[in-house]
Amino acid sequence: MAEFFNEYIFGNGPWSWLGYVVAALIACILVIHVVAVGAMGFIWLERKVAGRIQDRLGPTRVGGKFGWLQTLADGIKLIAKEDFTPDVADRFLFKIAPYVAFAASFSAFIALPFADGVVANHVNTAVFFVLAVLGLEVFGVILAGYGSGSKWSLFGAMREAAQVVSYEVPLGMCVVVPVFLCGTMNLTTIGNMQEGFITNWLVFNDPFTFVIAMVYFTCATASVNRAPFDLAEAESELVAGFHTEYSGLRWSLFFMAEYGSMFLVSGLAVILFFGGSNGPIPVGDWLANLLGGVKEGSIGANLPSLGAITVGVIGVANFILKGVIGVIVMIWIRWTFPRLRIDQVMSMCLKYCVPIAAFGFIGAVGWEVLDLPTPNNLDEKSRYEYHEKWSHEYLETQQQTKPAANDRHARQAVPTEAIITTVAVSQNAVEVNGGKQ
Amino acid sequence: MELMAVSWAYWHQFFFIIFAGSAIGFGCGVLISQNIVRMAFYLVLSLGSTAGLFFLAGAEFVGAMQLMIYVGGTMVLLIFGVMLTAQKDFVNMKTHTHDWILATVVGGSLLMVLLFVAFGSEDWRSPQDPTDAHIVDTKAATPLGLALTGVRVDKLDDLNDPLNQGKSGYLMPFIIISVHLLVVLIGAAYMARTKKLSHATGLRSSRARLSVFKMEEEDEVLEEETYVVLRKDKQATNPLDTNDDNADNLDEA
Repeated sequence: MAEFFNEYIFGNGPWSWLGYVVAALIACILVIHVVAVGAMGFIWLERKVAGRIQDRLGPTRVGGKFGWLQTLADGIKLIAKEDFTPDVADRFLFKIAPYVAFAASFSAFIALPFADGVVANHVNTAVFFVLAVLGLEVFGVILAGYGSGSKWSLFGAMREAAQVVSYEVPLGMCVVVPVFLCGTMNLTTIGNMQEGFITNWLVFNDPFTFVIAMVYFTCATASVNRAPFDLAEAESELVAGFHTEYSGLRWSLFFMAEYGSMFLVSGLAVILFFGGSNGPIPVGDWLANLLGGVKEGSIGANLPSLGAITVGVIGVANFILKGVIGVIVMIWIRWTFPRLRIDQVMSMCLKYCVPIAAFGFIGAVGWEVLDLPTPNNLDEKSRYEYHEKWSHEYLETQQQTKPAANDRHARQAVPTEAIITTVAVSQNAVEVNGGKQ
Repeated sequence: MELMAVSWAYWHQFFFIIFAGSAIGFGCGVLISQNIVRMAFYLVLSLGSTAGLFFLAGAEFVGAMQLMIYVGGTMVLLIFGVMLTAQKDFVNMKTHTHDWILATVVGGSLLMVLLFVAFGSEDWRSPQDPTDAHIVDTKAATPLGLALTGVRVDKLDDLNDPLNQGKSGYLMPFIIISVHLLVVLIGAAYMARTKKLSHATGLRSSRARLSVFKMEEEDEVLEEETYVVLRKDKQATNPLDTNDDNADNLDEA
């Protein structure tokens, strides 16, 4: 994108850094809006869905018939509230805790692809990155609980932290299954490999992945502290846990983080199990073929073709729609299930989720090894075409590397990095050879 | 300078300075601060900045690993630190002079070794044109994973390498480490379990709670149950000596 700005606006001269700044700002603003505007939408949705489930209407007044602007009114109310810090609080930690929670939830979106190529940063190990950053959100919770200087908040934070940390175990085990089915940790590749009809979605790959998808969603609900696993907070009964002492905008930052991570985990579920940015019927691809555009990998440096734009827009719409459906399911669960006790939460994790995830993992491996029937029409070969193809590249370039074996990089390479450097060096060699010819 | 020739080199340096500076700054914060929670907070930020450095170098897998293991691990440490030491005596840690001396000697010698290695490496002595250093889209994760499970993809064509025969990779160390970790995990679970019941002061109350819990669960064997508990209580004159046995009996009961 930066190259695009430089090419058309700033030029490649001394002002070229502006292109990078603008590109980075656009990415930042877009990602922040996913969290902030998303939270506004989801809070409205939560009220509306809760109302309908309880046979009420929900918000109906602010902003027309459906109460669209209810969250905005709430926001104005929250801004007007006093930013209160308790006397005994650790001021610095108390003030910074909401930002830590929000930043953790927000930065995981950096690696989450909204469609093929529509991602803030292409992280090759995106699954791992998202899980790692998602786990950091609990850090803000602990800081908030400790910084409040209140035993009540501290206990709330500890309970929440213990729950989140323990549910990360089955969550990680569930995430491993699509990773090994696709052979990559790149979320974009995992999404692309589920192209085509709905039968190609990994959730329908075999019975075990179906179970794993359900376990994943359960664990994800628990790890973002949503009901029925929200006994650490339990706003209605316990007057909230770790954020008892917070008010105003700082309090709302915690909720933005919560709704942000709700969308994040359901977005991750969409990519891992429910087809990513591909719809149930590949309308986007047909349209792209109709428009005659080549399906480009990324809306990046050059102006994309019309077909690529169509695919991108439809992909983003698909992804957001499916993610929102995931969030609605979470809201639905919240307002229909009674809250669990702590021993029930723990036995749910240790006695059910972990064994089922382990069993499903082994089952999915067995299914793949025994080559049992699957509705997925991607056979081994066409699946391979989506792969990183590192081994082929490596084998092809290995011959060309031989003359360059005395190169500094190749000589000093440590074993695990050898392949990277050899590939890099051989690319160099190819260029040099090409230049000579 | 040649370094400035390419515009993205600016950004590389810019972010390097930001990440490295914050890593060092928050590292100093860990040293200076006396509050245990703030220390952990600074440590998390410092380690997070180091992860940023890894991402900047294109080593995404290592960066995510840093976030997962070090930052996440420190966080769990923080949870337990706060849980166990959230009392006035422990929250503020005062460092004595001999602690400082010892820490300076150990840390200083480690730093010397690191500096020696860093400046001993030829490539790192003089700045190089960053366009020459290939920041490739790393595919390190797959070869790493394969190497851990037995296949060294970088050694496939190396006929002279002894590893080539079995292509055994790092499978053996991997298995040893995982068995070791399993042992540690079981040990930790065991220790956590006995600790819960072996509080000399809280023994009676914990038993009372246990019997109440059993009461709820199994109404029929209630009387026998409580009788056993009470009898064991009388037998245990010194709770520290016999509580482990009691705990086992109670579990079986």
